[in-house]
Amino acid sequence: MGRLIEPLQYPFMQSGLLAAVLVGVTCAVLGVYVVLRSMAFIGDALAHTILPGLVTAYLLGLNLLLGAVVAGVATAFGIGWLSRRETLREDTAIGITFTGMFALGILLMSTANSFRDFTHMLFGNILGITPADLALISGLALLVLVVLFVFHKELELTSFDPTHARVMGLRADRVRYGLLILLSLTVVAGIQAVGVVLISALLITPAAAASLLTRSLPRMMFVSAAIAVFSGVAGLYASYYFNVASGAAIVLSCTACFVVASVVAAIRRRLATTGSSEADHTPASIEDGTPVR
Amino acid sequence: MKSPLFPYGGRRHTHAVGGAPALVAKAVSAGYPDATVLALRDVTLSVPVGARVALVGPNGSGKSTLLKAVAGLLPLRSGDISIYGNPVGACHHRVAYLPQRGEVDWRFPINVRKLVSTGRYVHLGWLGRLRREDREVVGEVMSRLGLEELAERQIGQLSGGQRQRALLARTLAQEGDLLLLDEPLNAVDAATRAEISDVLSDLRSRGKTLVVATHDLASLASEFDGALYLREGRAVVPEPGAFTGLPVGEAAWAG
Repeated sequence: MGRLIEPLQYPFMQSGLLAAVLVGVTCAVLGVYVVLRSMAFIGDALAHTILPGLVTAYLLGLNLLLGAVVAGVATAFGIGWLSRRETLREDTAIGITFTGMFALGILLMSTANSFRDFTHMLFGNILGITPADLALISGLALLVLVVLFVFHKELELTSFDPTHARVMGLRADRVRYGLLILLSLTVVAGIQAVGVVLISALLITPAAAASLLTRSLPRMMFVSAAIAVFSGVAGLYASYYFNVASGAAIVLSCTACFVVASVVAAIRRRLATTGSSEADHTPASIEDGTPVR
Repeated sequence: MKSPLFPYGGRRHTHAVGGAPALVAKAVSAGYPDATVLALRDVTLSVPVGARVALVGPNGSGKSTLLKAVAGLLPLRSGDISIYGNPVGACHHRVAYLPQRGEVDWRFPINVRKLVSTGRYVHLGWLGRLRREDREVVGEVMSRLGLEELAERQIGQLSGGQRQRALLARTLAQEGDLLLLDEPLNAVDAATRAEISDVLSDLRSRGKTLVVATHDLASLASEFDGALYLREGRAVVPEPGAFTGLPVGEAAWAG
């Protein structure tokens, strides 16, 4: 018990934990959409492409958030524009944009006098979080979660049936751009915690683990958030006691949760196929004789 | 029906123009993006309020394309469509569309009740939440299509026939006045077929207008008031002896 409480006396651990929880929950809830809409690659790409925005803002002494959001939104539209005629597949468009932007970010970094300032952007520095950072993270987390709550109905519908959305005049592509903007904001919030390189792990891994465990969207979001909170706290403690990089420790905790979730899901499947008494898992096709497509 | 505060598509729901037919398509041509050949050429159709009209023709004849154009899913290359006297898009709430094979991601973690509820969304718009009357409508259509038992199932656990019933339930939940049904009886088992047929005749008795793409020539005379025959994207004169009923094509326009 003492070992759990001991680190909490340090202010840097307190704000680090708070940041890890805020960022973790935001990424985990948004991540459920990222995973269900097969946007894992674009999420990762977006995290990388905001690097030049961050670096430019830093070099010019501008607001980092502004730089990141501009770069994120520009990327979102750039990818949409490159793949609009289907002459380029979307994943190819993402690959081109993402590597180009990331390289631009590194190039800009190398023009600065000190390269070291930027390692925080790449790998995060959750234990060096200032009160101003914490305020920014809280604001972004609140904004993203509120928007997700308010537009849940539209996000959900355009995720599983964009055609029906279009018939009633709801443009699925606009909703998608909105989601990409939310992703940019979330990535900005998460950079302090784990850095641009690992942020997509927070978006994808807890949500993917949750998707193995439940078939209800609200429950999936809840489980995903719980995994993220647990991983954030576990990762920070590991970082404190074993003196390892905090961002990497948080991400590896998520990975461990995913492995556990996979094992649980596999055991459940095994139980469901051997014990056929479980009505929930009986394919409905048996009941009325039509094959499931 | 009250118009939502923030309707999708940005336009307030428009009232029907008095005396206007439910659907008028004038010399409509439409095609899929990137396709060089038009899927629909110069098709004219007029459907009076309360009529049931069949679109008949082999696969690829343009039945689905016509329905998609009316539903606003395909831009017109030429021609003009009006729905209750309004342009496409001005009355989304009146037009309910049942796609041939819903482009639904069946693995998505929602249950059947939620899927059916999305039929109400057009009445809610941005920021709108399901009200009690919406839930009542959803409950009613689900019981009419025998889906109550399946209400809490994740949609991927449904069989083909059950999926079709769930999609039809959603179409009905919208309580639209003009229903566009793309082969509602295709690839379903006999029991579902009978159930869906019952629902369709019930709709007729409630004064709804139906435009239905179908293969089933045998039931045309008993289930429809008129038919438009299509082949290779064009309206064609039916073979002698085929059901015609109420004139709905060019003839309706000329007369």
